[in-house]
Amino acid sequence: MSRLQVVSGKGGTGKTTVAAALALALATEGKRTLLVEVEGRQGIAQLFETEALPYEERKIAVASGGGEVFALAIDAERALLDYLQMFYKLGSAGRALKKIGAIDFATTIAPGVRDVLLTGKACEAVRRRDRQGRYVYDYVVMDAPPTGRITRFLNVNDEVAGLARIGPIHNQAQAVMRVLKSPETAVHLVTLLEEMPVQETADGVAELRAADLPVGNAIVNMVRPHLLDEDAVHDAANGRRAAVTDALKAAGVTGAAGLVTPLLEQAAEHAERVELEREQRKALNALELGAYELPMLSEGVDLAGLYQLAKELRKQGAGS
Amino acid sequence: MTLDSSARLEVDPLIDDPATRIIVCCGAGGVGKTTTAAALGVRAAERGRKVVVLTIDPARRLAQSMGIDSLDNTPRRVEGIEGGGELHAMMLDMKRTFDEIVEAHADAERARAILENPFYQSLSAGFAGTQEYMAMEKLGQLRAREEWDLIIVDTPPSRSALDFLDAPKRLGSFLDGKFIKLLMAPAKMGGRAGMKFLNVGMSMMTGTLGKLLGGQLLRDVQTFVAAMDTMFGGFRTRADATYRLLQAPGTAFMVVAAPERDALREAAYFVERLAEEDMPLAGLVLNRVHVSGAARLSAERALAAAENLDEGGIVDQGHGKTGVRDAAAVSPESPSAGHSPEAHPQVAEEPSESKNSRTQTTQEMTAGLLRLHAERMQVLAREQRTRDRFTALHPEVPVAEVPALPGDVHDLVGLRAIGDRLATGGRAPAGAA
Ligand SMILES: Nc1ncnc2c1ncn2[C@@H]1O[C@H](COP(=O)(O)OP(=O)(O)O)[C@@H](O)[C@H]1O
Ligand SMILES: Nc1ncnc2c1ncn2[C@@H]1O[C@H](COP(=O)(O)OP(=O)(O)O)[C@@H](O)[C@H]1O
Ligand SMILES: [Mg+2]
Ligand SMILES: [Mg+2]
Repeated sequence: MSRLQVVSGKGGTGKTTVAAALALALATEGKRTLLVEVEGRQGIAQLFETEALPYEERKIAVASGGGEVFALAIDAERALLDYLQMFYKLGSAGRALKKIGAIDFATTIAPGVRDVLLTGKACEAVRRRDRQGRYVYDYVVMDAPPTGRITRFLNVNDEVAGLARIGPIHNQAQAVMRVLKSPETAVHLVTLLEEMPVQETADGVAELRAADLPVGNAIVNMVRPHLLDEDAVHDAANGRRAAVTDALKAAGVTGAAGLVTPLLEQAAEHAERVELEREQRKALNALELGAYELPMLSEGVDLAGLYQLAKELRKQGAGS
Repeated sequence: MTLDSSARLEVDPLIDDPATRIIVCCGAGGVGKTTTAAALGVRAAERGRKVVVLTIDPARRLAQSMGIDSLDNTPRRVEGIEGGGELHAMMLDMKRTFDEIVEAHADAERARAILENPFYQSLSAGFAGTQEYMAMEKLGQLRAREEWDLIIVDTPPSRSALDFLDAPKRLGSFLDGKFIKLLMAPAKMGGRAGMKFLNVGMSMMTGTLGKLLGGQLLRDVQTFVAAMDTMFGGFRTRADATYRLLQAPGTAFMVVAAPERDALREAAYFVERLAEEDMPLAGLVLNRVHVSGAARLSAERALAAAENLDEGGIVDQGHGKTGVRDAAAVSPESPSAGHSPEAHPQVAEEPSESKNSRTQTTQEMTAGLLRLHAERMQVLAREQRTRDRFTALHPEVPVAEVPALPGDVHDLVGLRAIGDRLATGGRAPAGAA
């Protein structure tokens, strides 16, 4: 399994949730994962119900089985200051640059520069080793920008090439690209079984492939159970109304006669949804990706729910 | 199923009122802003108004069916509208809108220099907030044309609804930033000669940045900034004017939310923010709400009844009025519906719960109907709780509920259906409680 796991997807499909669950899932016994956030939203902190994450790796959870999850909210400005410090020993000049807005300027107007700083930090964590030469993190999981921006975000080399043709940023971009285009990386796309997210997934996969970036799995999130299929509903509506009414009565439901019609209507809607989902599955299948499926948690995602999703991912092969 | 403490958002009087000139649909991502904007447009046009809808990111099929998938950044008349009004619609092209501003405010040579500059290109394609800013800009342009009596605007798919209000200011203050001013100073004084006036500290810093990013980069920045210089004032003035337009009496905000915790929390922030900014809120559209025509049967009782049926034998096969066809249908075939093994790494064609109906007895099917109903009732209860939390916080906000359609909304028929539900607040006549 690739050591850098990038999680993208249409906004609102559950990127942050899935990235966190994946970080937990990969932290099997004795392993350590790093969950990184790059969009300054503090989504991870909210999810783990802790205070805002500083620009510093800290342990936020122990996975079932004893592995550890660390988290880091990468901040482009801080990363740029770190670089300036590393290469030029700037000291207080760095702060002055920040004060006049130069850092803000450099990290906002040139999205390529910003991105190379963010991905650079993640790649550094992937390659980092301890004194014994072992990897510090077994896996790094990134809660990445949405599908519409992911290829540009990861394809820093092209982005930066037009801007910084020489210098440390340029070199950094080269180094980052080596990791991102290698089998060390897998870019997963979270989707729902709905038209728009599936369409975005298809577009995203095409873009990633065209840029030679390694596409990982489709992660189908918020999957609801199928309780009845279309044939059954059809049958019930046509031939078996009376029998269904009798069955309801016998099961102890009062006012059964008045309930049959609305119950069958609900079933018809359900069947319609199942049918639409079937189409979306077909569209996803055509992309020939691997897949994970995560159930819709009816009470929303709290910490317990997160562990439940992690367990589900392990069951489906994540981390093994 | 009514909201006890909050008023209903009356959509028809709002869209019929000639004083209503702009409706802004905002909310968190994926809640149904684009759908609501388009549905309001169809309804207002079919009730006689001349409407333009500015959509940002319509689903592909919806755009196709409205004939606005060509991306030429100008409104097109939508075919198939019934009644006396007109509907025009367009999809925003953010880069093109930015380019047009540049072309309109700089002479040809200067415009070309800007458009070709790599900084302009990343700013116009990627700056966080450009899309919001350009949506506002386009709104201002449409309003200035005085061709429509109602403009309906969709907002960009930002994570936070507040981005729509904040982004233009962010772009403005960025362009106004100290550093840009510093960079611009020498350019203003005339190119290379002006460079001498840079103080030593400053040139050291730009020198450092230059080393870090490559010298070319800084030169590009300076050319860009110099070329944009004349336009900055214009940018800000127009952004301010559009912002004031949003505060004008003819404007109405509709906050769209799904009945989920995060979306409603976002909606609450937005409602508070609108009040702070003196922007007129029409109400909350609660979209994709679940309803049930069998709401008097509770989840618990439905599940208990389903269990009774599972235990079997309560109603046996021949009992009652199962017809000949039924008898055939329930003939005992092998019930094992080919339970597929763990289906990774491919997307499973089909979860394995659903059985072939041919092998399903009436009891099994009825139990299925009851379980489905129980699930629906649980969803209803959860939605009611999140909704109650919102109404407790903001009882003054009128609400319209739009039930979830089983499929997605991708044509005029679907948009009309949404429009009807918007106008009736979800209390559809068709037996829905
Ligand atoms: N499997 C799930 N079941 C139920 N709710 C979910 C699930 N996954 C995500 N959610 C909810 O969906 C919303 C969006 O999820 P989030 O991870 O923040 O998405 P994104 O990062 O893509 O914007 C959150 O309210 C989250 O709790
Ligand atoms: N009331 C509804 N019932 C069923 N589907 C809906 C409803 N409202 C919106 N949708 C569907 O939800 C998806 C997202 O809607 P959209 O309007 O594009 O959201 P937004 O613009 O807020 O991101 C679309 O596929 C749309 O067809
Ligand atoms: Mg997120
Ligand atoms: Mg939209």
